[in-house]
Amino acid sequence: MNNFTYKRAESIEDALAQNSSGGNSSYLAGGTNLVDLMKYDLTRPDTLVDLNRVDGHHEIYETPEGGLLLGAFVTNADTAWHPSVEERYPLLSKAILAGASAQIRNMATNGGNLLQRTRCYYFYDANVPCNKREPGSGCSAIPGYNRIMAILGTSESCIAVFPSDMCVGLAALDATVHVEGPTGSRSIPFADFHRLPGDTPEIDNTLLPGEIITGIELPANGFSKNYSYLKLRDRNSYAFALVSVATGLELDGNVIREARIALGGVAHKPWRVREAEEFLAGKTADSVHFGQAAEIILRGAVGFPHNAFKIELAKRAIVRNCMMALNPESQLPGAQPSV
Amino acid sequence: MLTELTEPTTLKASQPVNLVVNGTPLQLNLLPWVSLLDALRDYSGLTGTKKGCDHGQCGACTVICDGKRVLSCLSLAISKDGSEITTIEGIAPEGDLHPLQKAFIEHDAFQCGYCTPGQICSAIGMMKEGKAKTRAEVKELMSGNLCRCGANTNIIDAIMEVQNQSVHE
Ligand SMILES: Cc1cc2nc3c(=O)[nH]c(=O)nc-3n(C[C@H](O)[C@H](O)[C@H](O)COP(=O)(O)OP(=O)(O)OC[C@H]3O[C@@H](n4cnc5c(N)ncnc54)[C@H](O)[C@@H]3O)c2cc1C
Ligand code: SF4
Ligand code: FES
Ligand code: FES
Repeated sequence: MNNFTYKRAESIEDALAQNSSGGNSSYLAGGTNLVDLMKYDLTRPDTLVDLNRVDGHHEIYETPEGGLLLGAFVTNADTAWHPSVEERYPLLSKAILAGASAQIRNMATNGGNLLQRTRCYYFYDANVPCNKREPGSGCSAIPGYNRIMAILGTSESCIAVFPSDMCVGLAALDATVHVEGPTGSRSIPFADFHRLPGDTPEIDNTLLPGEIITGIELPANGFSKNYSYLKLRDRNSYAFALVSVATGLELDGNVIREARIALGGVAHKPWRVREAEEFLAGKTADSVHFGQAAEIILRGAVGFPHNAFKIELAKRAIVRNCMMALNPESQLPGAQPSV
Repeated sequence: MLTELTEPTTLKASQPVNLVVNGTPLQLNLLPWVSLLDALRDYSGLTGTKKGCDHGQCGACTVICDGKRVLSCLSLAISKDGSEITTIEGIAPEGDLHPLQKAFIEHDAFQCGYCTPGQICSAIGMMKEGKAKTRAEVKELMSGNLCRCGANTNIIDAIMEVQNQSVHE
């Protein structure tokens, strides 16, 4: 780890001021990603501005619009186990609990979760080219071992995936990200928060330099009756997703009124295809229709030598997870397959 | 830590960090990049907490910080200024064993023992959280602690025994 100066911020204003005082500065939240990257010497901030004692944004509360506001500094564990989240947004609760481990979720914050970096092995290996780590150096994953890489929205510069589980749930729920920055505050629809790599894979999201995430807002509808999160991986727990699926359904009897399907582990951002959700509206909730929706979602998917299996895996995971959503009580701990 | 040996540290001064470790207030003087794990092991003489991977991947370094199980390897000590930490050395009075320690011995829940302090601190944290009722839930919520000797089945047995005892108490 490089030498750095440590500063503790007392408020958002204080954090913005301390951050702008020059040099290459980073915000510190739970530290579970940042400290790790610093230990590998992949990130070398000369100043760390610790956000953990900022006054405010440590709570979860109901909004006047009937939704829920998740403070950026609330831990992933406290969010997943919060009574309002468990009751009204169980899909989000399941998605969070499918990620990392209990200890990490006790440390990781909601803001930090959105900003975690890819787990591409070559990004972590400073000895090899990687456009995300060192723009213009090349991508080692395309000719390399690409089992965990993306099948949708890839570019010639980068085929990495965004590894968060929580964000797959947030994408399905149509959350909004609230940020404050040097030039004021703004709100970003979740679908616009993360981005595809294009020819600038070093940029993961649309947050601007210096901006701080203060909260994540959930709209009133939490799909709390019919929902499911399924995570498929190389070991049953404490591993990143090969493919994950978040499903929320609104049903009239067995007819779908509204469907939400988001995929994780397949792209540089949580993957949602509105056309597939619109296709499902008005259809009966059965595996044939879910299978047709899966075909629409995976349209345009391109496999690489070691991950082409993910295309079929994702299709089957979508169908299975939608069937699990019809029967949420059947779900097992750790977002494992249950039907 | 390697960085301290290879980079001049004169530019950045150590800063006071106050921790209450196992009930004892400690005032340490640390450089900002010292992890809580190194603060315990190298600066406080508490080597019960183990360094497995130093990257958040194994759980060997699990301690209880302000009542919650966390990974000390990914925590900067300076960020924890003012916190109360419990390590394996502090879970039972001197000369006594914690019920989990007894159960681990009874169930042969270790071989080399390297993961054990983290397993036990993690299990204490898990019981306090109160979310794991069934064996499947305990397995899932203990998955952040790897045992490379493969004692996992016995570890879960030991935890289930203590968990069932506390339910009946
Ligand atoms: C072994 C391991 C396994 C894991 N497995 C999973 C998994 O299966 N699924 C999963 O989803 N995640 C997993 N994670 C990742 C984990 O969820 C993230 O590391 C965590 O959510 C990051 O949150 P943090 O608060 O610790 O962020 P930090 O590490 O503190 O920060 C991450 C980044 O965000 C910035 N930042 C933090 N908060 C703010 C803010 N409010 N405003 C602006 N910038 C901010 C920091 O500057 C930094 O760049 C795993 C992590 C580890 C170590
Ligand atoms: S896939 Fe992206 S992150 Fe991985 S080596 Fe290529 S450029 Fe780097
Ligand atoms: S040493 Fe901290 S998780 Fe392995
Ligand atoms: S007893 Fe050896 S690692 Fe668990």
